[in-house]
Amino acid sequence: MNIPISSPANSSAPSKGETRSRRRRFFPTAADIFVLPYVLFLLAFGILPGIYALVLSFSSFANGTPQYFAAGLQNFVTAFTDFRFGTAFVNVFQFLIISVPFGVIGVTAIALLLHARTGWFTHVMRTIYFLPGAVAGPTVVLLALFMCDPQVSPFRGLFAPLHMQQIVDVIQPGHLPLLFTLLGFFVGAGGWIAILYGGLQGIQRELLEAAIIDGANAWQSAISIKLPLIRRYVIYLFILTFAGNVQIFTEPQIIGVSFSYAGISTVSPTWSPNQLSYAFAFTIGNFGAAAAISLLMVAIGLAGATLIIRATGFFRTDATAG
Amino acid sequence: MIRGTLSPSPTLWARRGYRRLMSTGNSLGPVGTLLRFFALLLCGIFFGLPLIWLILAPTKTDVQLTQNFPLSFGSLSKLGEDWQHLLSFDNGVIIQWSINSVLYALATLILALVVSLPAGYALATSNPRGRRIILSLTLVTMLLPISALVLPLFLEMNLVQLVNTPWSVILPTAFFPFGVYLAFIYYAVSLPKDLLAAARIDGANELQLFWHVGLPLSRPLLGLLVFLNFTATWNNYFLPFVMLQDESVYNLPVGLQALIAGTPALHPTTSTNIPIHRAELALAGVLMVLPVAIVFLFSQRFVTSGALTGSIKD
Repeated sequence: MNIPISSPANSSAPSKGETRSRRRRFFPTAADIFVLPYVLFLLAFGILPGIYALVLSFSSFANGTPQYFAAGLQNFVTAFTDFRFGTAFVNVFQFLIISVPFGVIGVTAIALLLHARTGWFTHVMRTIYFLPGAVAGPTVVLLALFMCDPQVSPFRGLFAPLHMQQIVDVIQPGHLPLLFTLLGFFVGAGGWIAILYGGLQGIQRELLEAAIIDGANAWQSAISIKLPLIRRYVIYLFILTFAGNVQIFTEPQIIGVSFSYAGISTVSPTWSPNQLSYAFAFTIGNFGAAAAISLLMVAIGLAGATLIIRATGFFRTDATAG
Repeated sequence: MIRGTLSPSPTLWARRGYRRLMSTGNSLGPVGTLLRFFALLLCGIFFGLPLIWLILAPTKTDVQLTQNFPLSFGSLSKLGEDWQHLLSFDNGVIIQWSINSVLYALATLILALVVSLPAGYALATSNPRGRRIILSLTLVTMLLPISALVLPLFLEMNLVQLVNTPWSVILPTAFFPFGVYLAFIYYAVSLPKDLLAAARIDGANELQLFWHVGLPLSRPLLGLLVFLNFTATWNNYFLPFVMLQDESVYNLPVGLQALIAGTPALHPTTSTNIPIHRAELALAGVLMVLPVAIVFLFSQRFVTSGALTGSIKD
């Protein structure tokens, strides 16, 4: 993969000629030793799992123990033609269609609104938005189950006009994409708002001053000056939101567990592709098919990563590059 | 970065007035100011109300939760009862979960820092073998959501028989490519090269350089890395859920899930006599959130300015 990573500005990274002569060196330098532990971790937990999943996806688990490369493409056929496969992707697609625009537009709008004025109100609000980031995983689902219960929710006034009296009226299969969107926004938006706000702080003051002198009001300067200047953050937000949301697991898993126990199966245990992969591995015992779905999910994640790196050229640290 | 570039003004008052005109101005207009205020306040309610409710919930009985005003306070003694009830779940296993959570988070944090900081430093200041490929793979893996790799990681850990041990959670989470990338950017941008050169002339070796120059100058970076890594590890659910099978090695998130699933709190139709109800679950939730919320309060500044901003700026 040819990803443009240039040397850091003013760094002592050598030119091509130097690199060539350094290749002939025999003993490791201090820099090599500094990097070595990380390289081992990178191989063990970044690269190897992918390769191992690839091997397993072609392996057969028919008699319990893996027979490497015995399955051919059978695992992919099994996984991709499974009756739950299509549903899981439709679910996650519906979730993405709502959650990605909602997240990107919401975060950007709030950050711009916050940045329109400084002062204690801005600061307090930004902190309040930021705090729910501390609530994650099962706690956020627990909180959601409380918030969605018309009997105890502080938002109970909103449910009455919608004729929702019980938690099962609120948590319905059709509501799940919206529910997960709100959950994700509740937890994740504050951190991104802080990052975008940081980006807005980084805009040269002279630029904003010039706009004021030219008579731009706050809305005009937000849309025409600030937004274009933080567009890279927004693209970054967009792609990371997409890549993260595709992998949704925790929320449907825990909501499903809490409800199936009560005999109400509103949430399928294979609601998302990652859950289906989990079910293949641990319920059905077909690690090959599980690996096949995992690989597909890794491929989607990789596509997102490559897209962000190539299309935007963010991760250059040298202004002279490209 | 941009702070402090105000043009010099004779007095503080003049400077304040200038700043006021330039940063707030009157350009929002009265209607705009009001609209902005209410929009942000509404968001504040959306983000803030559930947290306040969660903190108050353990003080109330189930009846009070359903009948009283949602933001009312119950009693402190109820809080003590909740704690006793939580302790009664499987002989106080929640204490074990808390200890596990702290241990896993600390071990991961230390390991992640020890591995990531020198790597980022070396990638930024010198030319280790394979620099380009290491950086490329770092970028790719840091943008790849960890949940995509959870099942393959399980299979790998299974192969080396580490499943169901703390290491199956600590080792994969200590792989922290985002940390390496942030350290790389930070040292490349913020570390004065002359300083390193001067120290080299004075006879310092690379380890001394890192220890005496690089590390002391990286406080904002350290703050950000600690924040990112600690919160991620403390809240980690998917990986421990898959890796850990015995209740005794669970961390708090997986334990909380067991509480939700194994008690009648959220589905009163189930007939068990485990005394875990909504208030007890809320208390368990507060226990999980509190440490991170404190870390959050103190580290917002690391996110808003400094190291992170530098990493995605062109």
